[in-house]
Amino acid sequence: MTSQRLSGWGRTAWTVADLIHTTDPDAIRSAVQSAGERGVISRGLGRSYGAAAQNAGGTVLELTAENDPMGIDADFDPLTGLLTVASSVSIDAILRMCVPQGWFIPVTPGTRFVTVGGAIASDVHGKNHHVDGSFGQHVRSITLMLSSGEIIELSCELNPAWFWATVGGMGLTGVILRATVAMLKIESSKVEVETMRLENFDAVCQAMSSDGTDDDYRYSVCWVDLLATGSSMGRGVLTRGNHASAKSVESNDPLAYDPRLNVSAPAWVPNGLLNKWSIKAFNEAWYRKAPAKNHVGLESIPAFFHPLDGVNRWNRLYGKQGFIQYQFIVPLDRTDVLRRVIEKFSAAGVASFLAVLKRMGPQNDAPMSFPTEGWTLTLDMAAGIQGLAELLAEVDSLVLDAGGRHYLAKDSHVSSHAVRRGYPRLDEWMGVQEQMDPLGVWRSDLSRRLNLIDHRRSL
Amino acid sequence: MKNGVGVAQNVVLFGGTSEIGQAIIHKLVKPGVSHVVLVSRNIDAAVNQVSDIADKFPDLDIHHVRFDADDAASMVHVVAEIVEEIGDLDVAVIAQGLLQEGVDYYANPAALLPVSDVNFTGTMVLMYALAARMKTQGYGKMVLLSSVAGERVRKGNPVYGATKAGIDGFALALDHELAGTGVSILVVRPGFVTTKMTSGMDKAPFSTDAESVATAVAQALSSSRSILWVPGILQYMFFVLKNLPIAIWRKLPL
Repeated sequence: MTSQRLSGWGRTAWTVADLIHTTDPDAIRSAVQSAGERGVISRGLGRSYGAAAQNAGGTVLELTAENDPMGIDADFDPLTGLLTVASSVSIDAILRMCVPQGWFIPVTPGTRFVTVGGAIASDVHGKNHHVDGSFGQHVRSITLMLSSGEIIELSCELNPAWFWATVGGMGLTGVILRATVAMLKIESSKVEVETMRLENFDAVCQAMSSDGTDDDYRYSVCWVDLLATGSSMGRGVLTRGNHASAKSVESNDPLAYDPRLNVSAPAWVPNGLLNKWSIKAFNEAWYRKAPAKNHVGLESIPAFFHPLDGVNRWNRLYGKQGFIQYQFIVPLDRTDVLRRVIEKFSAAGVASFLAVLKRMGPQNDAPMSFPTEGWTLTLDMAAGIQGLAELLAEVDSLVLDAGGRHYLAKDSHVSSHAVRRGYPRLDEWMGVQEQMDPLGVWRSDLSRRLNLIDHRRSL
Repeated sequence: MKNGVGVAQNVVLFGGTSEIGQAIIHKLVKPGVSHVVLVSRNIDAAVNQVSDIADKFPDLDIHHVRFDADDAASMVHVVAEIVEEIGDLDVAVIAQGLLQEGVDYYANPAALLPVSDVNFTGTMVLMYALAARMKTQGYGKMVLLSSVAGERVRKGNPVYGATKAGIDGFALALDHELAGTGVSILVVRPGFVTTKMTSGMDKAPFSTDAESVATAVAQALSSSRSILWVPGILQYMFFVLKNLPIAIWRKLPL
């Protein structure tokens, strides 16, 4: 056990906790039983942007299995596609194991460096949400250690309330030890991608709307240029795709899979490298790079799903000040709010290196799962921008007034009032959480800021 | 703790009626702050000074806790009372201070006791109590209002200068001791600040005001610095003054 400073992927709001790296259930149980009044939270690969996997003054269990000499702790049946895997295993490791056998992870976020435990706790989504839903919908069972030390099996048939409280539960219902995931059959490791330049925000919304052709594509996401103004405001590049058939790949090894990291961001990047001007130049180049006419081509899994993973530790590009990622969702009929949000950020000169828009499908049964039917916009920005707290508060109000909400895996600033407005089933979830963890052992910096559990419950 | 955009959730001001302290609170209260606690002897005076914040941030909880700044032994209970009320203390601004002018300490040496109790002994007890709590939180920031008067104690008011010298040195050493715990201390050394405490006194060169001190403090809190001079030029001035041979120092019209 070591005392360590931790932050999320955004490298803001560092706090100190006792870090215990283990995947052994007995070691986890004894750490939980000897925890002090500041409680315990699990942490995977630290890809949530805010404070979800840190616990100031308490215990953080680091459940990761990168470079495990024993290999991947998983049991995969290539006939049924059912994968039972330790929560500490990453999507990266799963893809390396399963893609060559013709199976793909049913849902992947924009990085493959997330653990299965983290993917369930955040109920992550990907470019296929409008078709396939979020990660939790593909989980057949979860092995969970409760704060009592008891290990239980959860599934949506056996004990739906506890299962769905754990999906999207931000690690606050127990330690996820293992899970069974239904994988997706693929014929090749390539994606047939259609790329389309869209000249303004109306064109973007039109192309992605549910009455268009979007549902013909399993994967769909649009990069949006937030700095473009005037008639080009909100212009974007839409990419949509489907897994390519073996035939279309024209290779004697259509399932060959070789992800590799290209470059690393240096440890010391000055604050302000990513600024309005550098990003504007990047955006222009990115927009122009997309073919003016619709274009169809084959892309590899890493290039299509995980482009940022090509740069190791890209989160350092914002310098020491760190950055925040702002992701919210509003109902389908509220594109006016998206527009106002983009205008607000643009007017304030906030440059976002990465702004993506996606239309999401229906909500699942998890009370704290983020996706609901609607539009989700994600943008990142330097944390040190003057007046950012006030600007975000204004944007938060626009989002909440429209019946929208914020993604807790990304969040690093919203208030406990905001989460209550955005997640109307929070009280119900808190009730289930209290049944599962009567003493309130599971705590994180996120749960403290948002009052996700009653912190006056004594340990 | 702080959120991702640098806003501390729970902010406590010791010396709740201090003008500099109040100015700092006004800078720190932004969307995202949940609790502000004003700790003072005179609660009504502290309430009046934050009524504008209360109007602007309806979701913000403002609390008042009474203390006697010269009752050093009571500080432990005061901190416990605040924790009971709001939970974590994320930023604590320590602004209580006593400046006596025109007291004849030769005639009445015991008159200096309250100065040392408020500025030095009580503040040390308070800072240990805060440090202990903040260490268990794994996060915390103290802002100590020191003074350039402690940098080289001069005649005229050696008592005030000595208490500031003492607390300044204590705070820096405590900050050093807390390295790696997530808790840190910002020692603020303003020059002559025009406030009610100094009204009627002759202005010293490079004087500043509460607003400027507060702006500098808010900025310094987003960095990892441990000493802040306001205005910044005083750092260089006092580097020279501090290192002057005593014979020259004593000839200066300070």
